[in-house]
Amino acid sequence: MILKKKRLGLFLALALAGVVHAESVFVTLEKDNALAVVDPITGTLIKTVPIGQRPRGIAISPDNQFLYIATSDDNTIKIIDAETLKEVGKLPSGKDPETFALNPAGDKIYVSNEDDSLVTVIDIAKKKAIKQIKVGVEPEGITVSPDNKWLISASETTNMVHWIDTNTNTIVENTLVDPRPRAVGFTADSQQLWVTSEMAGTLMILDANTKQIIKTIKFEVSGVTADKIQPVGVVIDKDSNRGYVALGPANRVAVVNAKTFEVEKTLLVGQRVWNLAFSPDQKRLYTTNGTSNDISIIDLETQAVTKSVGVGNYPWGVVAKP
Amino acid sequence: MVNMLLIMPLISTGSVAEKAKQAVNIAYLTQEQNVPAPLSNLDVFIKDKGAFGAELGIDDDNTTGEFTGQHYHLKKFMVPLDGNVIETFNKELVNKFQYVVVNLPAEQLNQLTDLPTAKQMLLFDVATVDDALRNEQCRRHVLHLLPSRAMRADALAQYMMKKRWTKWFLIIGPNQEDRLFADAIKRSAKRFGMNIVTEKTWEHTYDARRTAQSDVAVFTQTDEDYDVLVVADEQGQFGEYLDYRTWIPRPVIGTQGLIATPWHKTHEQWGAVQIQNRFKEKAGRWMEEQDYAAYLAVRAIGEAATRTKSNDLNPVKEYMLSDAFALNGYTGNPLSFRSWDGQLRQPVLLAAPRSLVAVAPIEGFLHPKTELDTLGYDQPESQCKWYK
Repeated sequence: MILKKKRLGLFLALALAGVVHAESVFVTLEKDNALAVVDPITGTLIKTVPIGQRPRGIAISPDNQFLYIATSDDNTIKIIDAETLKEVGKLPSGKDPETFALNPAGDKIYVSNEDDSLVTVIDIAKKKAIKQIKVGVEPEGITVSPDNKWLISASETTNMVHWIDTNTNTIVENTLVDPRPRAVGFTADSQQLWVTSEMAGTLMILDANTKQIIKTIKFEVSGVTADKIQPVGVVIDKDSNRGYVALGPANRVAVVNAKTFEVEKTLLVGQRVWNLAFSPDQKRLYTTNGTSNDISIIDLETQAVTKSVGVGNYPWGVVAKP
Repeated sequence: MVNMLLIMPLISTGSVAEKAKQAVNIAYLTQEQNVPAPLSNLDVFIKDKGAFGAELGIDDDNTTGEFTGQHYHLKKFMVPLDGNVIETFNKELVNKFQYVVVNLPAEQLNQLTDLPTAKQMLLFDVATVDDALRNEQCRRHVLHLLPSRAMRADALAQYMMKKRWTKWFLIIGPNQEDRLFADAIKRSAKRFGMNIVTEKTWEHTYDARRTAQSDVAVFTQTDEDYDVLVVADEQGQFGEYLDYRTWIPRPVIGTQGLIATPWHKTHEQWGAVQIQNRFKEKAGRWMEEQDYAAYLAVRAIGEAATRTKSNDLNPVKEYMLSDAFALNGYTGNPLSFRSWDGQLRQPVLLAAPRSLVAVAPIEGFLHPKTELDTLGYDQPESQCKWYK
C-alpha cells in the first residue's frame, strides 16, 4: 500500500517536472518554540524549525500557501510561508492567543483571548483587528460554520457556546452546555455543531437551527475511570459519516457514527491526546499527543492507528498540506 | 422599552436579556486576624486571604449571568478583632442571605452553624481543615471547600509510597494543630502500610540562629534509619529549618518541604495559568488556598444557580450535592461534593517551594467510583451521621 503510493508520487513528480510535493503535516511544539514537519506516508519527522515563543493554534490558508500560527508568548499570530517556512507577517491577535479560527474564505481570523473574555476579529489582508466581541469567561474552542453564517465561541468557565452572526459580529444566541466546553466543530453542511465537554466527558450535538442540544454522548472506556475521559478536539468527516473525538488523558480517540451517534470504537493513541486534523484526502487522521511528545497517524479506511511519530515537546496543534 | 434597553448589557443576549435579572445574594463573613509574630521576613503577612477569591468568583459568575439573566451580589462582612461574629451574623445576615461563605476558625464556625437561623442557610467553610468537622461534628448545612488534613496526609502518603519511602520519621510541633496533622499522618501510614519508625515532639526554641546551627542535627539523630522526615508544623515555627540540617541526608515532607495543598503558585496545568493571571491582576499577589476555596464556593453557587435557573436554596443545594454537579477547579478533575460529609472532592497538589512535584491521587491508586475518593475519609469510613 505504502509502496504503491510512493510509486504514484514518484510518477506524478516526474510527470509534473518537480512541482509536486508530498503531503506535509505541521505540528506546533508548545515547549520547543518550534514547528515540526512530518511526512505522514513514511511516518518520519522531516525537520523542526524555530517558530516563536510557545506556539499553539495553527491553521492553513484555503490555497495552502500560508500557515497561521499563534505564538502565545509573543502575543501574535504569525503568517508563515507554507513552502519556505519563513515568517512573512504578523497579525494583531491580542494577548496570549491560543485557539483561533479561519473563515472559509480565508480572509478573517477569529481569536479567543482567554484572559480577557474576548474574541478578536482580524482582517488578514489589512493585518488589523477590526472588532472585539465580549464573550463568557475563558473562551477557548472557536470555529466558523462552512457556510460562513456562524462564528462559534465556547467559554470554558461560563459553560456556554455563543452563536455570533458573522455579518454583524454580535452574539445572537447562547446555549448552555456541559461543564468546560473545549472544542467545537461543524458538520460540512453547517447543520450541526459538535461540542466537547472536558469535565462531563461528553460530546453534545447541537442543531444549528434551534441551537439546542439534540444528543449528548457520554464516553466510556473500559479500564479508564470517568475523570480521565476529558474530550478535547473534535472533527467530522466531509460526508458526515463519522466524527472523531480526542479523549485527552484517556489516551484514546473515539470514533462516533455521525448518523446514529453511536460510539463505534475507541483507538489507543499517545498520551493526553489533544487536537486532531484530517489529511487533505481525509484518508488519515493525525493526533497531537501532548505528554508523550508524538503524533499518532490513524488510517481511516481500516480505522486503526498505523504509526506514531516522535516530534518534540508538547505537540499542540496540527494541520496537513497536500 | 427604551429604559429596558438602557439597562441591558452591552451585548444582546437574545430573549434572556429582556427579562428582569434574577438576583443571587452571597455573603462573605470573616474576622480580622491577629498578626502573628514574624517567623521570617520573606513572607509578608496577608490579612485578607479569601476575599479576593470570592470577588473573582463573583466576576466569573456575573460574566455567565450576563447571558443567563442572573446577577450575583457579594457583600463582605469583616468583623473587627474585638467584635462579635455571632452578633454580626444575627444582625446583618439572618433573613438577608441564604448563601454564606465563612472564613473563620473551626470553633467559631461551629458556634455559627449551631444557631437555629443558620440551619436555613447554606454555609461554605473556606478556612478549616479539621477532620472532626467533616466527621462527628458534621452539619448538613455546611460544605467544606478546603481539603481536610486526612486528604492532605493521604496525598503525601501516596507519593511516599510511590517513591518507596516506607520508613518515616515523624516530627511533631507543640501545638494542638500539629498534633491533629500528625494524627492524620499516622492514619495515612496505617492506611497505606507505611512505617513510622521514630516519632519526636519538637521542643526547641524557634530562634533561627540557634535552631539552625545546632539543634536540628542533634535532634534528628535516631536509632533507626528512615527514608523521609515527615514534619507536622502548621504554623511554620521550625519546619523550614529542618532541610539540609538533618543528621543524615533525607528529604523533608509534610507541612514544610514537599507540601500538600489545594492550590500553589507553581501550578499551571489544566488552564490554571488563566486563573493565576486573573487573580494576580485583581489582587496584586498570588492566590492563597483560602482565596481558592472562596473562589470555588462562589463558583459552586453560580454553577448550581445557572443549571437550576434558580436562586432558591433548596434546588440549588440539591443540585450541588447531586451527581450531575461538576465544578472546574483547574486541577484536572471535575470537583464535586461528597454526599456523605459535605467535603469538596478534589485533587491535592504536592508542591516544593518552586516546583510542582505531583498531583494526587497518584496514578495507580484506584477506587471503584472516582480516584479522588482515595484521599481522605471515604463513605464507609465516615463518621458523619447526616443521613443515618
